[in-house]
Amino acid sequence: MTVVTNNKWIGQRTIRPDGMDKVTGRAQFAADTNMPGMIWGKVLRSPHAHARIKSINTAKAEALPGVKAVVTARDIVDFPIDKGAVMLGIQDMRWMCRNVMAREKALFPGHPIAAVAATTEAIAAEACKLIEVDYEVLPFAIEIEDAIKSDAPILHEFNKFEGKPSNIAGRIEHKKGDLAEGFKKAEIVIERSFTTRPVHQGYIEPHACLISVAPDGKTTIWSSSQGQFMVRAMTAHLTGIPQSDIRAIPAEIGGGFGGKTIVYLEPLATLLAKKSGRPVKMVMTREEVMRATGPTSGSKSTVKIGATKDGKIVAAHGTFYLQAGALPGSPIRGAVGCSFTPYDIPNLLSEGYDVCSNRSKVAAYRAPGAPIGAYAVECVLDEVAEALKMDPLDFRLKNAAKEGTKAAHGPTFQRIGYIETVEAAKASDHYKAPLGKLQGRGVASGFWFNAGGESSAQVNITEDGNVVVTTGHPDIGGSRAGIANICAELLGIDYRRVSVLIGDTATIGFSNLTGGSRVLFASSIVVTQSTEQIIKTLRERAAKIWEIDPEAVKWEDGAAHPVSPNAGQFPPLTLKDLAEKAPAMGGPIGAGVQLNTTGADGGFGTHICDVEVDVDLGIARVTRYTAVQDVGRAIHPGYVEGQLQGGVAQGIGWALNEEYIYTKEGKVDNPGFLDYRMPVCSDLPMIDCIMVEVPNPKHPQGIKGVGEVPLVPVMAAVANAIYNALGKRFYALPMSPPKVLEVIDAPETRQAAE
Amino acid sequence: MTELRYLAPNSLDEAIKAFAAAGSAGRILAGGTDLLVQMRAGVVKPGLIVDIKKIAEMTKIEQTADGGFRVGAAVSGMALHDHVSFGKVWPGVLEAVNLIGSKQVQGRASAGGNLCNGSPAGDSVPAMVAAGAIVTVQGPDGRRELPVEQVPAGPGRTNFKPGEILVSFTLPPRPKGSSDAYLRMIPRTEMDIAVVGLGVSLTLKDCVCTAARVGLGAVAPTVLLVEAAAKALIGSTLDEAALNAAAAACSAACRPIDDKRGTIAYRTKVAGVLLKRTTAIAAQRAKGN
Ligand SMILES: Cc1cc2nc3c(=O)[nH]c(=O)nc-3n(C[C@H](O)[C@H](O)[C@H](O)COP(=O)(O)OP(=O)(O)OC[C@H]3O[C@@H](n4cnc5c(N)ncnc54)[C@H](O)[C@@H]3O)c2cc1C
Repeated sequence: MTVVTNNKWIGQRTIRPDGMDKVTGRAQFAADTNMPGMIWGKVLRSPHAHARIKSINTAKAEALPGVKAVVTARDIVDFPIDKGAVMLGIQDMRWMCRNVMAREKALFPGHPIAAVAATTEAIAAEACKLIEVDYEVLPFAIEIEDAIKSDAPILHEFNKFEGKPSNIAGRIEHKKGDLAEGFKKAEIVIERSFTTRPVHQGYIEPHACLISVAPDGKTTIWSSSQGQFMVRAMTAHLTGIPQSDIRAIPAEIGGGFGGKTIVYLEPLATLLAKKSGRPVKMVMTREEVMRATGPTSGSKSTVKIGATKDGKIVAAHGTFYLQAGALPGSPIRGAVGCSFTPYDIPNLLSEGYDVCSNRSKVAAYRAPGAPIGAYAVECVLDEVAEALKMDPLDFRLKNAAKEGTKAAHGPTFQRIGYIETVEAAKASDHYKAPLGKLQGRGVASGFWFNAGGESSAQVNITEDGNVVVTTGHPDIGGSRAGIANICAELLGIDYRRVSVLIGDTATIGFSNLTGGSRVLFASSIVVTQSTEQIIKTLRERAAKIWEIDPEAVKWEDGAAHPVSPNAGQFPPLTLKDLAEKAPAMGGPIGAGVQLNTTGADGGFGTHICDVEVDVDLGIARVTRYTAVQDVGRAIHPGYVEGQLQGGVAQGIGWALNEEYIYTKEGKVDNPGFLDYRMPVCSDLPMIDCIMVEVPNPKHPQGIKGVGEVPLVPVMAAVANAIYNALGKRFYALPMSPPKVLEVIDAPETRQAAE
Repeated sequence: MTELRYLAPNSLDEAIKAFAAAGSAGRILAGGTDLLVQMRAGVVKPGLIVDIKKIAEMTKIEQTADGGFRVGAAVSGMALHDHVSFGKVWPGVLEAVNLIGSKQVQGRASAGGNLCNGSPAGDSVPAMVAAGAIVTVQGPDGRRELPVEQVPAGPGRTNFKPGEILVSFTLPPRPKGSSDAYLRMIPRTEMDIAVVGLGVSLTLKDCVCTAARVGLGAVAPTVLLVEAAAKALIGSTLDEAALNAAAAACSAACRPIDDKRGTIAYRTKVAGVLLKRTTAIAAQRAKGN
């Protein structure tokens, strides 16, 4: 497919449709909705990291004046372990039902035990304290090493690994070639082990919802999530209310990054609303968010790479252990499947272990698992390149995956843009810029699968000849702006005449959640098809008016024009003209399309990072950063750059400061943004973006997902830059000042410097 | 549910009366950037809040007859920043106060609140200690004055008597060749809490340091006045040996804890590094005065 360069709206930095509402405070986030008669829900959470729940007595709480309802696990639909998996997307409802409310055991500090609804938040909180829980406190394990020891406390006795009760809940592997043979050919082999800490998605808006259940069971949910249909389905599963009785209305979302792809509050609030007969509102505090909602996994990995002296990688082996948290389901697929994918490696084994431990269940975080794996692989590649005395980008070029390369996770690539990203990085001013004292430069690449999946759209022409598009995916990355650009382009009208809305579960067809970098890819397909149907209708209407053959009508610049043999015979009929004539000419004009979209192409990125290290304080600061990515086609370049910059910012936080810290009792010791240090603006340089456009041949506009790739290479790029500055390798994240200083001050470093 | 009363009296006497009468249930509110956060977190649950921002003396910055400054306890960081001459005379104190939080926080946060909050990591406190500030406090038994370093009693605690309110800071006049500076180590660049904070005030005469004070924060239960460091600087030309000795004195003064914000080893080392860097800045400034 060739790139269309004369587009009027596609590729323009149009004003974002949600911008005005957001900057004026008019946007309705989940906590902004209120209802008459509304009461407040609060959650009682486990103080223990691991405890059997022997009994729960809610009598005193229920007796407190102002309390309207109390729910416990008894009220939630059980999905018994022995009945087998009940999958909803990638989530097993057996784990979801135990995550929203502890059943047999409390599995982490912060695990919900009961929920109360009362006339005020303070009464609800007071009532939580009156609930008597008899716990049998059990030993716990949080870190992977502790959880996989032979005598580790077992979270789930039913779970067996290699025949024995274990905290290892699953293993996957991707294999290619013959590993042993491959390493035999290697002239240079480097093997290193790495650890990373759990890090939170850090969305600014805490989880919140307002739920009303009518006496006839009709349920309305206002909440902030990455998928109103996911909210509906999970709430239906966990409460027993049929999906047809639930209307889930997506609020404007204040960030999700994957963390809002599961429910926490909605089933509890629904049950409280049902029991009390009153609308129930629940809003998490930041502390609750940090203690009880998914960060991504902490990890422990070992990566071994072998290459020949001429710089060809002949074998690679990666072993990735990822913390699942309290219930199975860590993103091992991302770590195992993405880490080696930028490279054409003939002999490969990539294996991953899903490890349960006594902390909150992980949730998706931007390219789940992939950044963890890439960190290890890309750091080892840097060492191999150094050992080979090769430029790290040349080394990557020499081994780059390209059209025809078979990836270990299955696909044989068609046209991909990895090489282009490395070449663009090499050609950039940044890569050539000189470095000063105590400054260093690092590079790293990354891959993410991207996704398609179910999407629905309805495109309607208003009576005054403008356009309303409704889609079903919450917009967390600029999809409304992208859709407006595409629809305006196809119709040949000003993009301001296109309004794009996110429908609720009752007003638009099923659309899979916003995740996997799928949204613009998938929804633009259904919007394109809907718009093409509309254009067909418009041409037919014009033909009818002109009494000519529809084939003799073309749609251009927002109007129907007669073509040969009638060219020039009739003045064009604009969208406005045809909309006005619609009642007499066949009725309303609109079209809807629902599809399970396919054809998503993976995305590749290559990053360049410069750091400067304050060697007396151990502070590494990123001074310059360039993210190069194959973005397919940048429908709205400003938003694409925003995705790249946002991913990099999160990665720099992960690399340098973000981490969960626990007390001796296993509680999160830094459950707020003061001590859980995400970067602030002044911590970051302007992040430069180079967008490489290799259009996806299987998509009408050439779109590839762009939102997740930019987090994948960052930690390795930063680590490699710090090495370049200091001559010292780091094998653990975060590279925070005390840890950096410790390495700088280690006797062997001092000696080496002398 | 306990009831919460709010008073915003115009006079100090009224404030003291109400505050003293409320006993341990009373809380003074200056900018509220600590108090309101603590209330929201449920750490403190006052029955009475006495807002002191309507008391003229509390929000005034005045030059004293001898050329020093008196700064009201509730003066916001922004107001201090906007004062015509304060920052020229006490750039270190000003930069410490202005480091607190963000622009938004600066509009409210006060040096008085920073001190009375009792955090060993409060940014303005080491700078005030280095400056040799004297605080005026007033309670049911009248007024008294004490050196600023005698105010903190431990994390979250002060040596004030029941019913006493901090009224103002008095900073001494500056001899020629004097200046000050404050630096803190934070992992980020702003919106963070000091892992170590260090203020230096000094006077140079013909390149020789004739007077110095060093305040050190976040390395002990209270902010410290490090006299040994000052002694190492005084009489020297701030040469390497003197700086090394002063840095060693700061490291030796540390009695830190290992916590989520920093290790003992890290804090101890950083205290020395900051002494050298802060002294260099103060000396540079002093040379211009
Ligand atoms: C986002 C944010 C960032 C922050 N960043 C920093 C930072 O970088 N560095 C830092 O040091 N601090 C920081 N803080 C903490 C806080 O802003 C400072 O400690 C500030 O100086 C407190 O001043 P205040 O006037 O708001 O105090 P308040 O909250 O009004 O009072 C603090 C305490 O002192 C008592 N008190 C106040 N005035 C008097 C008085 N005159 N007499 C007796 N008792 C009194 C109050 O009762 C209360 O216990 C931050 C806070 C926030 C919210």
